[in-house]
Amino acid sequence: MADVSVVSSASSAAMTGPRGAKPKRAMNPRNIMLYGILIVVCVYYLLPLWVMVMTSLKGMPEVRLGNIFSPPVEITFQPWVKAWSEACTGLNCDGLSRGFWNSVMITVPSVIVSIAIASVNGYALINWKFKGSDIFFTILIFGSFIPYQIMLYPIVILLREAGIYGTLWGLIVVHTIFGMPILTLLFRNYFSSIPEELFKAARVDGAGFWGIYFRIMLPMSLPIFVVALILQVTGIWNDFLFGVVFTKPDIYPMTVQLNNIVNSVQGVKEYNVNMAATVLTGLVPLIVYFVSGKLFVRGIAAGAVKG
Amino acid sequence: MKLSKMTALLAMSVAMPAAATELEVTHWWTSGGEAAAVAELAKAFDASGDKWVDGAIAGGGGTARPIMISRITGGDPMGATQFNHGQQALELVEAGLMLDLTDVAEANNWKEVVYPPSLLDACTVDGKIFCAPVNIHSPEWLWLSNKVYEDLGLPVPTNWDEFVASAPAVRDAGKLPLALGDQPWQSNLAFGAMQIAVAGLDAWKAVNVDKNMDVAAGPEYAKVFEAAAAARELAKGSAVQDWNQATNLVITDQAAGQIMGDWAQGEFQVANEVAGTDYTCLPGLGLNEYISTGGDAFYFPKLNDPDKEAAQKRLAAQLVSPDVQVAFNLKKGSLPIRGDIDLSAANDCMKKGLEILAGGNIVPSGDMVWSPDVQKQNEDLMVEFWKSDMPAADAHAKWVANLKTGL
Amino acid sequence: MSVTSEAEAIRTTSAARPRARWTRNISAKIAALPMIATALVIFVGGTIWTVVYSFTDSKLLPRTRWVGLDQYERLWDTNRWVVSIENLFFYGVMSLIFTVVMGFILAVLMDQKIRYEDTFRTIMLYPFALSFIVTGLVWQWILNPQFGIQGVVRDMGWTSFTFDPLNNPQTVLYGLLIAGLWQGTGFVMCLMLAGLRGIDEDIWKATRVDGIPTWKTYVVVIIPMMRPVFITTLVIVASGIIRLYDLVVAMTSGGPGGNASQVPAMYVYDYMFQAQNLGQGFAASTMMLLSVLIVLIPWAYLEFGGKKHG
Repeated sequence: MADVSVVSSASSAAMTGPRGAKPKRAMNPRNIMLYGILIVVCVYYLLPLWVMVMTSLKGMPEVRLGNIFSPPVEITFQPWVKAWSEACTGLNCDGLSRGFWNSVMITVPSVIVSIAIASVNGYALINWKFKGSDIFFTILIFGSFIPYQIMLYPIVILLREAGIYGTLWGLIVVHTIFGMPILTLLFRNYFSSIPEELFKAARVDGAGFWGIYFRIMLPMSLPIFVVALILQVTGIWNDFLFGVVFTKPDIYPMTVQLNNIVNSVQGVKEYNVNMAATVLTGLVPLIVYFVSGKLFVRGIAAGAVKG
Repeated sequence: MKLSKMTALLAMSVAMPAAATELEVTHWWTSGGEAAAVAELAKAFDASGDKWVDGAIAGGGGTARPIMISRITGGDPMGATQFNHGQQALELVEAGLMLDLTDVAEANNWKEVVYPPSLLDACTVDGKIFCAPVNIHSPEWLWLSNKVYEDLGLPVPTNWDEFVASAPAVRDAGKLPLALGDQPWQSNLAFGAMQIAVAGLDAWKAVNVDKNMDVAAGPEYAKVFEAAAAARELAKGSAVQDWNQATNLVITDQAAGQIMGDWAQGEFQVANEVAGTDYTCLPGLGLNEYISTGGDAFYFPKLNDPDKEAAQKRLAAQLVSPDVQVAFNLKKGSLPIRGDIDLSAANDCMKKGLEILAGGNIVPSGDMVWSPDVQKQNEDLMVEFWKSDMPAADAHAKWVANLKTGL
Repeated sequence: MSVTSEAEAIRTTSAARPRARWTRNISAKIAALPMIATALVIFVGGTIWTVVYSFTDSKLLPRTRWVGLDQYERLWDTNRWVVSIENLFFYGVMSLIFTVVMGFILAVLMDQKIRYEDTFRTIMLYPFALSFIVTGLVWQWILNPQFGIQGVVRDMGWTSFTFDPLNNPQTVLYGLLIAGLWQGTGFVMCLMLAGLRGIDEDIWKATRVDGIPTWKTYVVVIIPMMRPVFITTLVIVASGIIRLYDLVVAMTSGGPGGNASQVPAMYVYDYMFQAQNLGQGFAASTMMLLSVLIVLIPWAYLEFGGKKHG
């Protein structure tokens, strides 16, 4: 809690400074304060990553003896090798590698389908309103508050009746359903910021629902698609519950193996392998973040500002 | 031997198509020792010409069971699945989702060989048998660190009362008398072990088998709650989560003892500790040497595929067969479900368990006599009771109320 | 757009030219079908189904043996449930306040035309890419009294230093908060930053001309203008709080002291699946849904009740 109060008291000082062009002197008190706070905050954010990576590079004896914050005395990549290709899940001792392609196979279509549907929803909600459309939207938002665990049972029954229980399509449907509320909210807000004159002009030219969507809306919406992509890749890649409940062992995602590695209760906990597995599993969403972070803020800027 | 031949014969007689049939088997055995035990089952099944497709889910029954139940009710069941003996799968059986194994049981004479018979009773619904028991685990054990007592110059306690009497000396030496993990089921397990040790067998049976609520609310059980209230003082200051972290406190001589099931001996073995010299195990807390016969069983969901059904029955027969029982239970550290096999390779603590089992000093497990709902409520109650200052009388009253929801 | 009249025409199918209007807008309606189906079948249907079965004594499988309000009586008689609600309320309020305040302040700092903005932003945002299970594991470890911060500070010579939030029932919720804020504030910061960036430079110029202090501009002018951002943030943060489950499981399993960090979603899951008492789980779910409705209905009314979009 300490760092929070530091941030708030010091930031008010920062705010009283001019908010404008970059000051000429780099080392004025305001800047020292500003960067000082940001660096302290960054320590808070980076500490866990540091601990994860450092621990994953240590051998077990060093992990047990040592200070979790210190860098390894002797660097070993054995925990990474073990986490990737040797850690056992029951009888299958091929580590996370087993689930990697399954995760890709699940994530790619789920992300595409859920984003496609949500973007069309947002577009219809803003530009093709029909009576009750706001009510459906409100229900969707309400749905985003329902804990997944509660909906497990009704969804099992629905998928069974639809005959897609246990298939990849079943899982894609589930991810589409649970991604829909937040994504629709973002797309709806984004499309509302696109000038209505554009839409009206296209209507005058005789363009229809899909024509406007593909020729006007889509080309203008790269930032919000990036936001949706990031949110969905993260959510679906990290999902454990749906992946394990709605599929079979042949297509279990990587998180199932991660769960098996970190949750095995008996024996000595191999913290270094746990941490390596954790970083490996988080790698795909992390890369997506690092690559598209800039677009993310731009997309959010457009998608969340105007309601 | 004779039986395994019979199994083979049966296998051949039903498996005329002879092509390898794949069966997906789900379970929550994922630790090193557990996986080695499952490997024995898989090896035997594969050797008989079928294919075991492993569907392990880590995180214990609490994580795995929702997944298994969802898949069975979702209409995409696995070939076979682990449950604990007792009422966990009862409704799935009643809903007609499980395969009837009565013919397998009769062909392999399960009624005669499965010991204790209560295991088979737990598999029986309306006179038909729906599961194949594979092992027995008993929770009523007290594990002690010999070194803690040697350092204090005290004899190692031989029962719970001596253990309690020695506790102040342990505390004074700066050690923890009783290690107890934070997870709810561990508090419930400790209380369960004390029930039979303190209240005695008659009171235990009256409450848990005959469901006599007057006895449950009576003085015998008030004594149990007082004993538990005293025991929780001994456990003050044990800040660990998992049961094996608590066991580790005993192994590293930071704590004098722990109440935990027979699976704790695996931890001592891994740490190269020897029963009798490094640690001591007291079944029934050394007071009443009774153990309850919980454990695991396999159920076989209906698949509507004659080939798979034949394979399921082959697997069921195999799980109970003597060879598989020996190989599996030695690795698992659990007791076999039949009395007619030789387990001379077992270690000392396991042998103590086998003796008690052979002597017939056994009672059904909590999973058999109470519904999961009652068990869960008691877990919630017990963790609160053991980890706070809740008065014994309040906990007692709440406990009786919990039992009544299961009548 | 003649939205309203169109929709009315759909409802009165006997109107003069319903067919023409239908076909004119048919694509939009077909396109909205997945959303309508999800809203009605999954969220409304699933909710009604849950509420209905909360009045039964369903155990492992749903069955219609009615028991009236028994499940609810038992629920509110259960100490664990009551404590769960209190915990969620405390955690929720703290988490909302800290996430929004920290997110906003960080965004303001980031908006000072600083160097290395990309680096700072990435550092604050990356935890959002990690799941709660992972977050919980790492923080559990950092807060571990033996290996973590406490141990390290003690090794440096300050032997009486105590920082062990997770093993003390009084402080465990703060321990969860440290991890929860770590995971979520970066994302909120991005939302807020985006909101700040969306504000017209002219407004800043105008306030500077008028001589209004910067802090006052933020409070009086900027924050009200960022209302949509705050709404989006509240929806995302609040929905995450109500669903709080994985983080608690990974960090404390509801302990210490049995109940100190229990949350409603854990009660629901435990009773539905571990206790195999669907009726009890559904009753608890219904109470959760009810509390969501109590929060959301006023919001929905404010958002959609007053204004009519054209």
